[in-house]
Amino acid sequence: MGQQEHNKQTLYDKLWEDHLVKSREDGTALIYIDRHLIHEVTSPQAFEGLRLAGRKPWRTDSVVATPDHNVPSDAAERAGGIAGIQDEVSRIQVQTLDENCKDFGIVEFGINDPGQGIVHVIGPETGATLPGMTVVCGDSHTSTHGALGALAHGIGTSEVEHVMATQCLIQKKMKNMLVRVDGELGPGVTAKDVVLAIIGKIGTAGGTGYAIEFGGEVIRNLSMEGRMTVCNMAIEAGARAGMVAVDQITLDYVKGKPYAPKGEMWDKAVENWSRLHSDDGAQFDEVVELRGEEIEPQVSWGTSPEMVVPVSALVPSPADEGDATKKAGIERALEYMGLNAGQKITDINLDRVFIGSCTNSRIEDLRAAAAVAKGHKKADSVKQVLVVPGSQSVKAQAEKEGLDKVFIEAGFEWREPSCSMCLAMNADKLGAGEHCASTSNRNFEGRQGYGGRTHLVSPSMAAAAAIAGHFVDVRDFQKEAS
Amino acid sequence: MKAFTQHKGIAAPMDRANVDTDLIIPKQFLKSIKRSGFGPNLFDELRYLDEGQPGQDHSKRPVNPDFPLNHPRYQGASVLLARKNFGCGSSREHAPWALDDHGFRAIIAPSFADIFFNNCFKNGLLPIVLEEEIVEQLFQEMYAEEGYELTVDLEAQVVIKPSGETHAFEVDTFRKHCLLHGLDDIGLTLEDADDIRAYEAKRREQAPWLFDAVK
Repeated sequence: MGQQEHNKQTLYDKLWEDHLVKSREDGTALIYIDRHLIHEVTSPQAFEGLRLAGRKPWRTDSVVATPDHNVPSDAAERAGGIAGIQDEVSRIQVQTLDENCKDFGIVEFGINDPGQGIVHVIGPETGATLPGMTVVCGDSHTSTHGALGALAHGIGTSEVEHVMATQCLIQKKMKNMLVRVDGELGPGVTAKDVVLAIIGKIGTAGGTGYAIEFGGEVIRNLSMEGRMTVCNMAIEAGARAGMVAVDQITLDYVKGKPYAPKGEMWDKAVENWSRLHSDDGAQFDEVVELRGEEIEPQVSWGTSPEMVVPVSALVPSPADEGDATKKAGIERALEYMGLNAGQKITDINLDRVFIGSCTNSRIEDLRAAAAVAKGHKKADSVKQVLVVPGSQSVKAQAEKEGLDKVFIEAGFEWREPSCSMCLAMNADKLGAGEHCASTSNRNFEGRQGYGGRTHLVSPSMAAAAAIAGHFVDVRDFQKEAS
Repeated sequence: MKAFTQHKGIAAPMDRANVDTDLIIPKQFLKSIKRSGFGPNLFDELRYLDEGQPGQDHSKRPVNPDFPLNHPRYQGASVLLARKNFGCGSSREHAPWALDDHGFRAIIAPSFADIFFNNCFKNGLLPIVLEEEIVEQLFQEMYAEEGYELTVDLEAQVVIKPSGETHAFEVDTFRKHCLLHGLDDIGLTLEDADDIRAYEAKRREQAPWLFDAVK
């Protein structure tokens, strides 16, 4: 390989190099962190660690905090602020975040602050996370911010403490993977279907050890919200970081955000960001290709995000699986999910529907769900349809557009910004045995409530399922409705 | 952090692939603001027959008799044998905290999820990757022999079977060093504080907008 070719870098190579403080002899590196997002669940022990060691945060102005996992989505409970949280342990945790931020001088968008929301929704929408940044958070879905052309990934609580104390992470460089989705998406097929199809193809550990760059015509044509949905679920394919190159869509999205650079500084930033893409001819350790027109709306049937099929398909049979471990996994998943091999996906009845989470709670997601719900009513057999906007700002925008009314008229519940039923840390949860069409990211056993059965889908598929009472192909639904 | 040099203990099975951190420690226990006390809730949904709640007396709960960790032969086990992609999903460090609190010191699997793998090293818990066939062999031998013990020697980077047969494993130099000596990696990074400041000064010049405070 010639020197010139050797210099061709991937987006990840550039972001890594830009943040490299020091390469150490033992093969590790110190990587500088530009933005540190924190929430109430994974930060208390880190603050405690700082106190015990008598350490101060290195750069408090790099940290942004908000409570999201534990906060109630019910408007009446929420109106009482922290003191109004009925679950005592949740209240203590949210209170602790509040106190820690005050003690350490960290900016917090408090429980009912207009800036509050799910960390991965408020970062991009405020400009607190920007192209070219390194972004970390004690939360695996931090990969979301990679949609901006940033290097963003989840960390554990010990690393939360490490970043607060040193502004750096000790890292080894990951390998490069390109997931290229070329062609065009059919009508009714969304970013969520694209990422579920990718996970179905490469598996839940397919991206382990890699930073994934998502590229190709389909990704280029996605909105920023859609790209965030895709990067959000990189971790469900095993990759800590997912990212998309900066282009005009990125710049149009970032421009004018409250914390985005302005004036001359904006021009300088844009110049810097214009190089945030993989060079032509850059080498990837692994390349995965999908065709957009081959992707159908997806529905997960099992207990791992890789257990996903097109809505037109049947629930798979363990008899068709040669690998013994996988076969056992399918059998266990079918039993947990209460499904039969060979059953039609469209015959799965739903008890509850959840539209929300850091994967799908942005304005575009709510618009898509509302477009399907408009003029319809939820099926009587569906006990509850929760619509939980990802942030106060998304909520305000949706209300301005009248989306809340569309949902309420359809018999859906319009809630307050929180993680809600994605992981059921607040009061929103599934009962044992209940099936849920969910726009969230994980269908693990018990994830949405003890014994609950999660099916991952896009916002429009979730809304259509809420109305039909069972899964339907949203493309047929839209045809029938029009 | 506590040091890890050599450890010998009973092996116990977690015999399924893709064990996620929600399964290792369910969300309701993440409301704690402490680092300890998660042991009784390790694998809560598999270990007990009811839904666990934080703060309850777990000794009074109905135990799942089919779950191996509840079997008398695995009591006191400290080496966990697991399958592919152990620890996938959520970044919750509560997962290694729960394993540690329950008494596990090492986990042997064909592969681990990245964030979980990294979190283990921060807590004196050693995740060991061995080839799938070797892990399968260890499972079979463990099932066949009650009280099956494995020895893990971090210095020599080997797992030693009761027969004396050894299997070598890889470990990063830095992580090994920290574990062997129980070192606080924050302290080590702060030794490079001048490098961090120098980077920061250069970066502030190149990309000043990165240093604008969020107010």
